[in-house]
Amino acid sequence: MDILVLVKNVPEVAEADLEIEDNQIDLEDLVMGINEWDNYAVEEAVRLAEASGGGVTVMTLGDEEAEDVLRRGLAMGAGRAMHLCDEEFEGSDPATLARAFAAAIGDESYDLILCGVQSSDLGQASTGVLLAQVLNLPFATMAIGIETGEAEITVTRELEANTSERVVLPLPALVTVQSGINQPRYVSIMGIRKVRKMTIGLFEADDLGLDEDQVGEEASQVAGRALALPEVGEGAEMLNGSLDEICGRAVEIIREKGGLS
Amino acid sequence: MDFKLSKEQRDIIRAAAEFAKGEFTERALEFDRSETFDLDLWRAACELGFVGTFISEDYGGAGLGFFEHCLITEEFWAVDPGIGQAVLSTTFGAELIQLFASEEQKHTVLPALVEGQAIIATAITEPEAGSDTSRAASTAVKDGEGWVLNGSKIFTTNGTLAQWVLVFALTDPDNDNRHARHSFFLVPAGSEGLEANKLTGKLGIRASDTAELAFNEVKLDADALVGSEGQGFNQLMAFFNRTRLHICAQAVGLTRAALEESVRHVKGRVQFGQPLAQFQATQFKIAEMATNMRAARNLYYEAAWLVDQGKVDHGLIAMAKWFSAQNAVRAADEALQMHGGYGYFDEYRVQRLYRDAKILEIYEGTKEVEKIIVAGTVLG
Ligand SMILES: Cc1cc2nc3c(=O)[nH]c(=O)nc-3n(C[C@H](O)[C@H](O)[C@H](O)COP(=O)(O)OP(=O)(O)OC[C@H]3O[C@@H](n4cnc5c(N)ncnc54)[C@H](O)[C@@H]3O)c2cc1C
Repeated sequence: MDILVLVKNVPEVAEADLEIEDNQIDLEDLVMGINEWDNYAVEEAVRLAEASGGGVTVMTLGDEEAEDVLRRGLAMGAGRAMHLCDEEFEGSDPATLARAFAAAIGDESYDLILCGVQSSDLGQASTGVLLAQVLNLPFATMAIGIETGEAEITVTRELEANTSERVVLPLPALVTVQSGINQPRYVSIMGIRKVRKMTIGLFEADDLGLDEDQVGEEASQVAGRALALPEVGEGAEMLNGSLDEICGRAVEIIREKGGLS
Repeated sequence: MDFKLSKEQRDIIRAAAEFAKGEFTERALEFDRSETFDLDLWRAACELGFVGTFISEDYGGAGLGFFEHCLITEEFWAVDPGIGQAVLSTTFGAELIQLFASEEQKHTVLPALVEGQAIIATAITEPEAGSDTSRAASTAVKDGEGWVLNGSKIFTTNGTLAQWVLVFALTDPDNDNRHARHSFFLVPAGSEGLEANKLTGKLGIRASDTAELAFNEVKLDADALVGSEGQGFNQLMAFFNRTRLHICAQAVGLTRAALEESVRHVKGRVQFGQPLAQFQATQFKIAEMATNMRAARNLYYEAAWLVDQGKVDHGLIAMAKWFSAQNAVRAADEALQMHGGYGYFDEYRVQRLYRDAKILEIYEGTKEVEKIIVAGTVLG
């Protein structure tokens, strides 16, 4: 089974102090890393390929630094990496990105394309499904399990309230992967050393046969206008006093809010 | 001049950090309190190739430099010094084997260390010979083709866990040159007459095993000798010029942890109506920690890089070891200070860092010994 995984380099923002400049998050002091969902997707792809034979290709669109996530994918077990790297891509909306990915895929035939459900920075959760549309592939989202059959896969999709749905898709197909689908492996020193001998294919818009007006802001229908940090709200109410007093007050508050009858 | 790490080195740092954060964090307090360790963590680290990266590919290693081993060490120690030491000290002695041992010894020992099949310990220190290693009085006496070993060692890291112990012993006690009296022996841990006892009650790095060893008429084959007879002291100096680099990385990792804990705390803790971070007294502490950490790292980066280039700068290595260790001890002290009473309890990580730090100024050359070396290179 030949599998393509789309991966993205994103800032790690969980504990960072964010600053916004020109409607963009200032990345200067932020640590970049693979988008969490994509990490699960790479792991899933490597496992599926290991089980079925076949290879994994990782692909990203991003600046020079984004190569880090490709090397990581290779170190985890992918055999090939493609880097779409061109300033022309800046300002692309998800549909435009999907068309760029489709152009990069060209007439290569993958049995399966995996993406993360969403990226942690922009959270559009749409690049994957739009790519499926462009390629005219069946797709399933929010996968927490993938089983392979002869010419089909069964995908378990995560739904709300602990329910899940099983769907069957003919191959080739595209699946967006939810976090928690597996336990991603750690990158090993052996994996890192293996990457030393590999070359990563670099592609500009031109190489994909895309003109200026087919990429970037010009080609996009959705344009980012403003990015804002949330207003700092009122602080939490701190309960002071003896343990009994604190518990008494806590019960009162819960009751006031309708939590206890 | 290029100060940038290679992509591969950056990948190594990231991989080591992820592994340590993922596997060490939850276990650190438990090991510290109980003075135990789970060797499965060491095995997992071996499986991922983090252990013995400086060992040549000919002997199953990654064939990377001491520099890369330092990068891994810094990341492990930045998460937890005790576990970092328990995992990475398992090759303490491989540096000497790689430099001086026979092909057969190398092939026997080194691949097993990398694969997580075996641990090696190096026993130099004795009750009466600490900083003055040339006073080591354990003896190895020729006996037919082989040797007989007698004496005792103290503070041997991994003494009860190791499959092999590299023992520094007197072979020519009457030699006029006190640096020509000793030799190293590769002693299988199961040898009859060798007894190892775990020492408990350590201040810090409590996940790491420390033992005392007794040798009572231990019979060794001729091929237990490492390198040439009488070369022990010189081998020891060459060995320390590698392993001290690792101590620097330990120190910088610990300093980083102290700095991280401090930054988190002073941003959140409010006194006199504002976060501690607003007080200039706090800011100066943070500024000093950050600056000294960078300085220590640059020192050891240069020292380790030079060794990997084949240029061993004994004085520079001693500078880096002293400076980084002292800096780690001070940083841990200030970090605890900024935590106030909370930092005095072991639920706060700074308490453990404070205790873990002190060993850095003691083992593999106390800070005084390092300064003696530095002064020697400056004054001639
Ligand atoms: C946890 C731990 C692990 C260890 N692991 C190992 C190991 O694996 N293998 C091993 O062989 N050893 C090991 N050691 C031993 C360690 O290397 C020694 O403790 C260290 O070298 C100091 O020796 P000492 O304890 O005998 O102190 P001493 O040499 O007695 O020194 C006491 C003090 O006197 C100072 N001093 C000594 N001489 C001078 C001088 N000439 N001028 C000025 N000051 C001086 C020292 O700097 C020190 O401050 C370990 C120790 C510990 C605590």
